[in-house]
Amino acid sequence: MHVANSEKEKAVATAKLRRGQYLDLYYYMQLNRQLEDRMVRLFRQNKIVGGLYSSLGQEAVSVGTAYALEPKDWLAPMIRNIGALLVKGFKPRDIFTQHMAKYTSPTLGKDGTSHFGDLKVHHTVSPISMLGDLIPVMTGVAMAGRYLGQNIVALTWIGDGGSSTGAFHEGLNLAASQRAPFVLVVENNQWAYSTPVARQVPIKNLADRAVAYGITSKITDGNDVVAVYTTTKEAVDECRAGRGPVLIEVKTHRMKGHAQHDPAEYVPKDMFEYWKARDPIALYEKFLTENKIWDAKTKSEIDARIERELDEDQKFAEESPLPPPELAEQGVYCDGCHTIEADWQRSKKELTPPNCSVDAVWEVKSFGSLDPDAAAEMKAAAEVKQSQPGRGNGTPPAPAKLAPKAPQKAFAKPAAKTPAEEKISVEAAAALRVPFGRGPKDRAFREERAEKEKHRRGKRGRH
Amino acid sequence: MAAITMLEGIRQAIFEEMDRDPAVVALGEDIGVYGGAFKVTEGLLARFGPERVIDAPISETGIVGAACGMGYLGLRPIVEMQFIDFIACCFNQVTNFVAKSHYRWGAPVPMVLRGPSGGGVHGGPFHSANPEMYFMHTPGLKIIYPSTAYDAKGLLKSAVRDNNPVLFFEHKYLYRRIKEEIPAEEYTVPIGKAVVRREGKDLTILSYAAMVYTSLEAAETLVKEGIDAEVIDLRTLLPLDRDAILASVKKTNKLLVVHEDTRTGGIAGEIAALVCEGAFEDLDGPIARVTALDTPTPYSPPLEERFLPNAEKVAAAARDLAKY
Repeated sequence: MHVANSEKEKAVATAKLRRGQYLDLYYYMQLNRQLEDRMVRLFRQNKIVGGLYSSLGQEAVSVGTAYALEPKDWLAPMIRNIGALLVKGFKPRDIFTQHMAKYTSPTLGKDGTSHFGDLKVHHTVSPISMLGDLIPVMTGVAMAGRYLGQNIVALTWIGDGGSSTGAFHEGLNLAASQRAPFVLVVENNQWAYSTPVARQVPIKNLADRAVAYGITSKITDGNDVVAVYTTTKEAVDECRAGRGPVLIEVKTHRMKGHAQHDPAEYVPKDMFEYWKARDPIALYEKFLTENKIWDAKTKSEIDARIERELDEDQKFAEESPLPPPELAEQGVYCDGCHTIEADWQRSKKELTPPNCSVDAVWEVKSFGSLDPDAAAEMKAAAEVKQSQPGRGNGTPPAPAKLAPKAPQKAFAKPAAKTPAEEKISVEAAAALRVPFGRGPKDRAFREERAEKEKHRRGKRGRH
Repeated sequence: MAAITMLEGIRQAIFEEMDRDPAVVALGEDIGVYGGAFKVTEGLLARFGPERVIDAPISETGIVGAACGMGYLGLRPIVEMQFIDFIACCFNQVTNFVAKSHYRWGAPVPMVLRGPSGGGVHGGPFHSANPEMYFMHTPGLKIIYPSTAYDAKGLLKSAVRDNNPVLFFEHKYLYRRIKEEIPAEEYTVPIGKAVVRREGKDLTILSYAAMVYTSLEAAETLVKEGIDAEVIDLRTLLPLDRDAILASVKKTNKLLVVHEDTRTGGIAGEIAALVCEGAFEDLDGPIARVTALDTPTPYSPPLEERFLPNAEKVAAAARDLAKY
């Protein structure tokens, strides 16, 4: 099932990127890193109100995946996908103000971190802290997009940790059964808070899960932004062509603790060293230089632009007011503050009766036999029976697809018991039956019940 | 026009809303080919096709999540829980994702989550639930629990057109037991408005869903004894019709709340607090309640009879209250 990125494939996809796009990838990754670097400083100055989660070392995942989407496509970030939000068009000030709980933030201070979105322009769904719940939601986004004829793809991420949730299974199975244009990126950063992957799942590749859902999967190097982009682009294209959903496992490493408070002492030092040598931005800088896509001047221009933008947005955020307290009471319900209107890209007539009407029957392609040749066997058996002389009584043979297969031995009924045996077992079972939940009060309970019953019958004139 | 059952009223609401607006779609388990466990959606697939009537796998979290995502793109999904008891399986999706969406980030979720609820049909601990109070405590949701065919139809249509997630509880005991004539022309019933089912002057019995009939039955007994009870049907639990509750209490000065849900943490407690805040000076007696027992819903008929409120229990509580 896995489609590894061979060098050849990579080269082909690489050729599709223009110089400006290569530079975009660098810009977003570096913007992501510098932004988070500044937020660490703000955190230490007590200017971040809540927790701060780092995506250090995972920038290529957020940026490479989100860059493969078109503006009309939808995504939903996780806590470490700030890079994806930047690619999708949100500004550093949105991230700063969110973390600083400012009135100017996308949620006006009602939620923090990457917990924001935008339905109209950026097509971004806000995550919640309960992992896995985005998977069914984005499945619904993908289904609705298809229903409306928008030809969109929906994408979200889940960590190695979140892949153990029930919502992961329900969502991915629903997406698979609906063939939804949905890409799930399993961002395997090796750690679910403090628990390593090997203690969470007994498999080496989380992509193996895809087999169980009957969907395509891919594995890619999460620290190689071009590989991440290329793989995601393929997945997105497959989904758009109607062959979704696709699961991508990106292998990477979380270079900080779960959040700022966590020194991550449980991570072996060697492991940090190994992954530090594979820093996605350093690797990509080398790639750009070796392939002569940029020079020192271009790099410094981009870096200066990032500094400038971050200066401006950080200033904006720091100078922004906190929300007025009365805002806490507002916005529980939508009382006409939003208009809900679908963007129809296909004719509504197709979905209006009688055009959409059907015969309400299942198209059953297999009748659930245990072995795939059962249908053929049953058909052959029916034909033999039909051709036997003396059997022709004018009744047509049962259609092959309805003929049940003889039960397998494993499902054979147990031999019938004699009436005597039956009686014994019933009595034995009755003897074993224990009244539950009433304990020593059982007798009193029964007496009380008998009394009530007597009373009740008397009252209703029964006997 | 012929009288219809509550189930038929619900069915008509779904058909009419789907006819009116192709943004309305239906999702659930066995709602398509089979027509739903209670046949509420019978004929829906034949009319609207598999794109609009989606037979989903047994995945309550998956279904509600998907409906939420559809809502974000402007669709108006109607989700069926095969039995409302199974809403517990998607509790997180409903309370954390859906209910908080508009408040947190301004993303309305126009979704209706409907399903058969309530006891009295010997469904046992997992097919008789009245889980409204789990959700009463969740800002962002609306909760409707109708008692008549007319209301069920009109309120469901309002729910589909509402921009917020609406939980629509359908008392399965009432599905086919009550019938009434409804107007041939289109109508809706506003969310958040209670209705007086029986006018009275001596005390107010506040109830909803199947217990409205229990309360009315008790009121008929009471009137023969000279106690004239007013019976109010809440219809919408969230938001509560505070004005209607207080107006009736100010008129009769006595309040009895009857609900089929269990006692502790039931809606009677919330209403009692609300009345103490808004009409304490008008009360001539303690606020009384008749509710189910604080146990799971038992299966065997005598156990379930003991568990549920009935007209005798309501009348007895009303007599005690009337003495004040």
